[in-house]
Amino acid sequence: MNIIACVKQVPDTEAQIKVKADGSGIEDGQIKWVMNPYDEYGVEEALKLKEKNGGDVTIISLGPARAMETIRTALAMGADKGVHISDPALDNADAFVTASALAAAIKGLPHDIIFCGQRAIDDDSGQVGAMLAEALGLPQLTLVTKLDFAGSSVKVIRPIEGAQLSIETSLPCVVTAQKGLNEPRYASLPGIMKAKKKPVDVKNAAALGIATDVKAKVAKVIPPPARAAGKIICGDDAAQKAAELARCLREEAKVI
Amino acid sequence: MAKGVFVIAEQRDGALRKVSFELASAARKLADQSGDEVCAILLGSGIEGLATELAKFGVDKIFVGDNAALEPYVTEAHAQVTAKILKDNDAAIALFGASVQGKDLSARVAAKLAGGLATDCTDVKIDGGKLICTRPMYAGKCFGEVAFNTTPAMASLRPNVFAAVENAKAGAVTKVDVAVDAPKSKVLEVQKDTSGKVDLTEANIIVSGGRGMKGPDEYKILEELADVLKGTVGASRAAVDAGWRPQKDQVGQTGKVVSPNLYIACGISGAIQHLAGMSSSKCIVAINKDAEAPIFTKADFGVVDDLFKVIPELTSACKKLMA
Repeated sequence: MNIIACVKQVPDTEAQIKVKADGSGIEDGQIKWVMNPYDEYGVEEALKLKEKNGGDVTIISLGPARAMETIRTALAMGADKGVHISDPALDNADAFVTASALAAAIKGLPHDIIFCGQRAIDDDSGQVGAMLAEALGLPQLTLVTKLDFAGSSVKVIRPIEGAQLSIETSLPCVVTAQKGLNEPRYASLPGIMKAKKKPVDVKNAAALGIATDVKAKVAKVIPPPARAAGKIICGDDAAQKAAELARCLREEAKVI
Repeated sequence: MAKGVFVIAEQRDGALRKVSFELASAARKLADQSGDEVCAILLGSGIEGLATELAKFGVDKIFVGDNAALEPYVTEAHAQVTAKILKDNDAAIALFGASVQGKDLSARVAAKLAGGLATDCTDVKIDGGKLICTRPMYAGKCFGEVAFNTTPAMASLRPNVFAAVENAKAGAVTKVDVAVDAPKSKVLEVQKDTSGKVDLTEANIIVSGGRGMKGPDEYKILEELADVLKGTVGASRAAVDAGWRPQKDQVGQTGKVVSPNLYIACGISGAIQHLAGMSSSKCIVAINKDAEAPIFTKADFGVVDDLFKVIPELTSACKKLMA
């Protein structure tokens, strides 16, 4: 079985995000870069499928030169080969351009199932999986927390507000991974050594034959609105503080 | 020229979801600014009656696609029909709910129309005749202002942020004859959560517990407070990773990003990835015995004390006030 896992390199969840003074983006000098956590679930599921059913796992990432580290991390976890889509013209790619680039790379590869994270924790768009599915003319299963592979189809569980859906679809398909799908493994030391020798193809936009003009543009990045200083509730004991807090919520904040 | 502020209504089991009214009201505001009209797309089976309800929230025209193939929601079928209606009518703007379904659908529709989409917006406005959306990035550590190079300009709006305002309009129904290709996906089973709790992303009040809860059984006191306040219980990543609470309860950058009217953080120190997920709440309360905990920097009201003493007292105080 031919499995593809798309990964993105993003700032670690503990990273402080500082907006550039001119609003053109974020200060990225001090950031620790990691594999998008939701993509890790996708890579893990790809590896589990391969271990059970045989086959091959290809990692694809669009990003600047440093994104190669994330591809190597996935290879160290056990994936077989990589494709790195790297081109300065794609530095500000929106979800549509990203999905077009991934689709162009995937079209040339055999694929039964394609994993993406349900969203990347940097831009929080959550669009690429569905757009990739559309570009490839495949069904999409988003926000998947459980996957059962049955030869020519998959059955998945996806949570929605107040319910869980069980959905079946034919292969090939695109699956976007949600937390709960599995516990991603760590790369082993031998895995890290082996990863260095695994093949990674580097492609630019021209090689993929894609247009790079974005459909939606982040015109300006702004810091979150500042919150006014809060009030510490005083009182002799817990009961007094609780009563005063309840009063504040009712009379001042008017939220209960 | 493209025109019409379109709203993609969301219904489940024959009832409109609250986010649909929020979308209609937000669309009404935009349309009034630009002298445009509000159109809604309503898809499903046996749902024509819902059009009257939508019209109450400021919708001029409603495109109804009534077809057994559109119930229950399947991405491929809904995306095909939605994209066709937007295209045939040369829509200027299309607003979706940033619900699970709305996010799934909007991205597929945007790809079909080769258009731009802004996800999970917390503000929308018309500036120079064009749609500008404000949306959190990095789970709210910063915000982006999004502009569009294509029409329709598409956005999904975060539930619970835009007020639903009644403003009755004609709501003239146009039936759309829908031919739907057989989808490759099929819903086999819907397993409903029987707890009757509102999902975190749609809750008005959230009572959240972290590592300071010490164990899974102790969440009982949070459940009791949430019951009194008619809220939903959430959890920090630490509590979910410890197995105390299910994953669906997690608030934060790798969980749900929430904006309730009231967020009560109990025994949550305030890791940056948690703060990112809840700092757009309208009122934040922190209850923690560590006065230095970072959560207090985001709190409107802070109580420095033992939560196991404060919470039960707070529950009974609220019960009295709300009686």
